Amino acid sequence: MEVPILKQRNYLIASVQAVLTDQDLVNLRDRLVAQVGRFRSVGVILDVTGLDVMDSFSVRTLRDMAHMIRLRGADTVIVGIQPEVAFSMVQLGLSLEGVPTALDLEEGLAYLDARPKRSVARKLNEQ
Amino acid sequence: MSNKADPSRDETEAARPVEGKKTIPIRTVADIVTARQGGRELALQSGFSETESTLIATIISELARNIVLYAQSGEIILEKTGPNDNHRGVIIISRDHGPGIPDVQRALVGGYSTSGGLGLGLCGVRRMVDEFYIDTGTEKGTTVTAKKWLQ
Amino acid sequence: MSDNKSKGRDRTNVPVEAGGALHDESHAEVLRELVAHLRQNRTQLREVWASRIMSARFLTAMTNEEIMAEASSVYDNYLGALETGSIEALEAYARDLSERIIPRGVETHEVVGIVLLLRDVLARSLFSKYGQNQQVLTRVLDAYEPAANRIATTVAVGFVQERERIIRQQQEAIRELSTPVLAVRERLLILPIIGILDPQRARQLTEQLLRGIRINRARVVVMDLTGVPAVDAAVANHLVQTVEAARLVGADVIVTGLAPELAQTLVTIGVDLGKMATVGDLQGGIEEAEKLLGYKVVLVPREERAE
Repeated sequence: MEVPILKQRNYLIASVQAVLTDQDLVNLRDRLVAQVGRFRSVGVILDVTGLDVMDSFSVRTLRDMAHMIRLRGADTVIVGIQPEVAFSMVQLGLSLEGVPTALDLEEGLAYLDARPKRSVARKLNEQ
Repeated sequence: MSNKADPSRDETEAARPVEGKKTIPIRTVADIVTARQGGRELALQSGFSETESTLIATIISELARNIVLYAQSGEIILEKTGPNDNHRGVIIISRDHGPGIPDVQRALVGGYSTSGGLGLGLCGVRRMVDEFYIDTGTEKGTTVTAKKWLQ
Repeated sequence: MSDNKSKGRDRTNVPVEAGGALHDESHAEVLRELVAHLRQNRTQLREVWASRIMSARFLTAMTNEEIMAEASSVYDNYLGALETGSIEALEAYARDLSERIIPRGVETHEVVGIVLLLRDVLARSLFSKYGQNQQVLTRVLDAYEPAANRIATTVAVGFVQERERIIRQQQEAIRELSTPVLAVRERLLILPIIGILDPQRARQLTEQLLRGIRINRARVVVMDLTGVPAVDAAVANHLVQTVEAARLVGADVIVTGLAPELAQTLVTIGVDLGKMATVGDLQGGIEEAEKLLGYKVVLVPREERAE
């Protein structure tokens, strides 16, 4: 089940509509990371509204993904975590620490737009 | 007839689930999804809220993944408690014939990091259920029993 | 259908098939015949049953007309279950019936009572029809008894479960009333927590807050603990989880009114207060929230601002 990745301005948007297996999630991660490089995107929005469950594997994979995307100079924001899923995550001690979250696609875009713009020079310095 | 299990009889046995009990074979990552969706269904049918049912599904996901990662194959058994049980709720059994968990105590206390390692998630699972049993060894594999009651 | 299948099978062990069948094939035929007889005498047997219900003083909350009406549908469903052997349809009917009569004040012993009365009325009818021949009567009862008892249990259990579900719903509603989530302005929610928090109330609070965040599209929540005297480690932990869960859904939480004792409890359970946004009082929290919201709105570059 391949999740479509859309390009909007210099952001990438991926919306998970249905339930994903471990393999699907890993594939998505790799594709997003690759496309950030290819399109030189500065932001990625991952909409996980369709995920029925976020367990230790998904959390780990998403954290890795955000980290890998950051290494390519882009920010990730995860949107659409459902209340029941969020509740289960915190009960089981799973944290998406360090990964920004927002309510939905609209809020995710607002978040990315509101970040201070980086100059190319600063970017190089950070690396 | 001989004592050997009659294959046709076995099929009818397997095809005739006892009411409220589901057995899901776990071999691939896709089976993890099947198991947790079945678990959520059963939880909702048993009267758990959406939130609690998601929690139960997440627990099943963790247990099923442990089977795939460390034992290659096993099964998840989902059961509704019956009219003779003391509590109403669901019983989740995760069973495999893998190598067993070497240091159970450490796994339960959360000694293994959450970013990888054996016994992943067991500590969290144990905290979230009302009864938790684990039986493991190199010869017998691992069986985890988790029970959650309706409040 | 050959009779070979039932040979050697233990007749007292009634197997339950997928879908919850009540009988095996050897009984099916007998039951069909019984049902035909009970259907034929429907009107008369139903009246006998209804009058026994009234003299037992069951369903006093309902009028005689209502009792007759419900009696008809219970009777038909009862026969349906006997005939098809399917529990599912009966379970669904039991839930539906319970949903209707529980608000009328009907109690468990009444429901169990009327179903058992029906079982007895029908059994007596079978006695009078088949009583002459002992062997036939035994065959008839062998088929009828397990099925009838299963029906009685299903209806009773269905009723009890429905009652419990309604009670849980009512409890939820009461708890919701006691923990309001206030939407103050756009994107900002205030959650004043007052009184003792038990684990159940804490859980309720979290669910309500998360729902509120989605419905109000909140970006910031001010959670005020001024009214919370003390909490134990378990509930303190739950408050921390609430803050984390809110963030996952997409809102930042500012905690206000944190008493020193409470702060100490949090530190004791390992919370890094440096990571939690806390402000002294509610007013200060709201101001902080508005600042946060201000920053989150798209920044207007200096040149474009009207000077």
